[in-house]
This record gives sequence, C-alpha cells and structure tokens, in this order.
Amino acid sequence: MSTLHTVNKSPFATGALVSCLDHCKDGDAILMIEDGVYGGLTGTTVADRVQQKAGSVAIFVLSPDADARGLATDRLLAGVNGVDYDGFVDLVADHDRTQAWL
Amino acid sequence: MDYDVNGTTIAADEEGYITNLADWTPDLAGVIAKAENIEMDDERWEVVNFLRDYYDEYQIAPAVRVLIKSVKKSMGPEKGNNKYMYELFPYGPAKQACKIAGLPKPTGCV
Amino acid sequence: MSEVKKFLYVNRKAPYGTIYALEALEVVLIGAAFDQDVSLAFLDDGVFQLTKGQNTDGIGVKNFSPTFRALGDYEVTKLFVEQESLDERGLTTDDLQEVTYEDEDDDWAEKPSIRVVSRAEMADIMANQDVVLSF
Repeated sequence: MSTLHTVNKSPFATGALVSCLDHCKDGDAILMIEDGVYGGLTGTTVADRVQQKAGSVAIFVLSPDADARGLATDRLLAGVNGVDYDGFVDLVADHDRTQAWL
Repeated sequence: MDYDVNGTTIAADEEGYITNLADWTPDLAGVIAKAENIEMDDERWEVVNFLRDYYDEYQIAPAVRVLIKSVKKSMGPEKGNNKYMYELFPYGPAKQACKIAGLPKPTGCV
Repeated sequence: MSEVKKFLYVNRKAPYGTIYALEALEVVLIGAAFDQDVSLAFLDDGVFQLTKGQNTDGIGVKNFSPTFRALGDYEVTKLFVEQESLDERGLTTDDLQEVTYEDEDDDWAEKPSIRVVSRAEMADIMANQDVVLSF
C-alpha cells in the first residue's frame, strides 16, 4: 500500500512540499509538477530535506514543467528524476492512491 | 421567478428560492407556499420554523434525510418520518419547506 | 450495493482567504449522502478553520464555522486535527470550537468529533485511505 503525492506549488511560496515530506511514508513517491518542480533544485533552503527523503521515497519532477522553467537536469538534486506525461500516468497506476498537496 | 408580497417585489432564482435571505417574512412564506400549491397550517409552520432555527444554528439548510432525522429527535417519530413529511410537502420536505422558509436549496440534497 | 470506501478530506487552508475551506465543507456535506467511511483531516493552516469566535460580519461573507457542528447529523464524526500544526500556530485545543456527535451505537451519547493526533499519526491516517481528497 503506497501513495503518490503530487506537489504543484513552489516551496518558497507555500509549505506544501515540506508538509508533504513530513507526512509521506517509506515506499511512497512524490511527483513535483507545475511550480512544484522548483522543489527539486539543488542549493535551495529545502534541498537538504528533499535529499534526505530521496532514499526512502521516490522523488520525480514532471519534465515538461521543469523544461518549461529552464531547469536543466544538472540543476536537480541527485535522486530526483524526470518523468514525462506517460510516466505520470504510470505513477498514478502503480500506487494505491494519489494525494495532492495544493 | 420573483414574488409579490403586498406590492413589494422579492427577488428569487429560477427555482423559486429567494435571493436575499433577509427578505424573508412570514407573509412571504405564505406567498411562496401558495405558488407551490401549499396552504400553510400549524403543522407546516412547525417544520418551516424548525428549518429556520436549524439554519440559524448551523448556517446550512439540511439535506432531507438529515431534516427528517432531526425532526424525529426534536418532535418525535410520529412527525419525523417520510410519510408525514411528504404529506406536508409533497415535492420534498427539505427542498419545498426550505423554499418557503426563505433558505437556500439544501446542501447535500441529491 | 457497492462496498464502503474510506474517504479522507484533507484541509490545509485557512477559512476565508481562499474558497478551498468552504468548498471542502460543501463537498463533505454532499458526499455524505453516499454512505462512505468519511474522515476529515485538519493540518497546516487548515486548523484555523476550527477556531472559535469567528465573526465575518465585517467582510461580507458567510461564517461557515457553525456548519462543522452539523457534521454529526450527516454522520461525519471523525475530525482529525494535527497537534504540531496547532503548536506551530500558537493554538491549543481550547482555541477550537466544540464539535460533537451522538453515538447511535452507545445510546446516543454525545461524544467529541475532534480528535487531536500527532503528525506521525496523521501520516498513518492518510496512508490508510482508499481515497484522499485535498483542499
């Protein structure tokens, strides 16, 4: 039993990403979409917290959203991987529920 | 579909629920009831007043099953049942009585 | 009849700055007709929805805080509130309004609907649902 969490807000605008990190369980996945993709960047005030979770939780950014914002792959934290729209659908299908952090 | 109460026009939506809750008066209730082919009597007033009290306390018009359950609790099972309530308000005790009580359409009525 | 599913409505927004909180409450009331196992979670700014003493007279919008007290009539009796979210906002349970329900299985005894849980317990509650609806 696992959950796919989606985060669609910048971690510098709302506490959604941090709250998500605080509530997700080992074996869950987090998918950052829209402005949520900024949460996958290196060198930010939340980078350590994201990195810490990346061992027990699979963390993704939606590549079209990252690309749109000019976030090159080498700017993303190690362990944060890109998925395309098909990958998004697979993630939804592979988890028991999806929880949006708005 | 507006109402006319002694020459004053009271605005209502296309289903007949009044637009401004503060417009309600007992006279208006009689006018709305007439438009619904209902003659107000003590039994119907009891339900309408109950609904207005419920709204005053909780800020919602209850769904029909909630209304009937609450009437049963406060007025007893001989009134808090489908048969009694639908006899008073044939088009739905919550929807029709709320309209007469000047409340919005019940939340959670499906 | 279809099987009963566990539904969790997650409330993370304060009541009047956005429409989320009111929309969530309306969805809960409408969804209550479907006889599912419903819980509400209040965390982050969502805990502000349950504070006492709300008065919206001056801002021209409806004060929907009394409506939480009607949830028991709709058989919605589990309102989980996160302790850490209260602490972060300088709130205690004394700042929250009282919400109760009458327990059908216990001679209609009046019981509190609000249950304060830790962040870890909230995570467990979220992980134990069939459907999570976020607001």
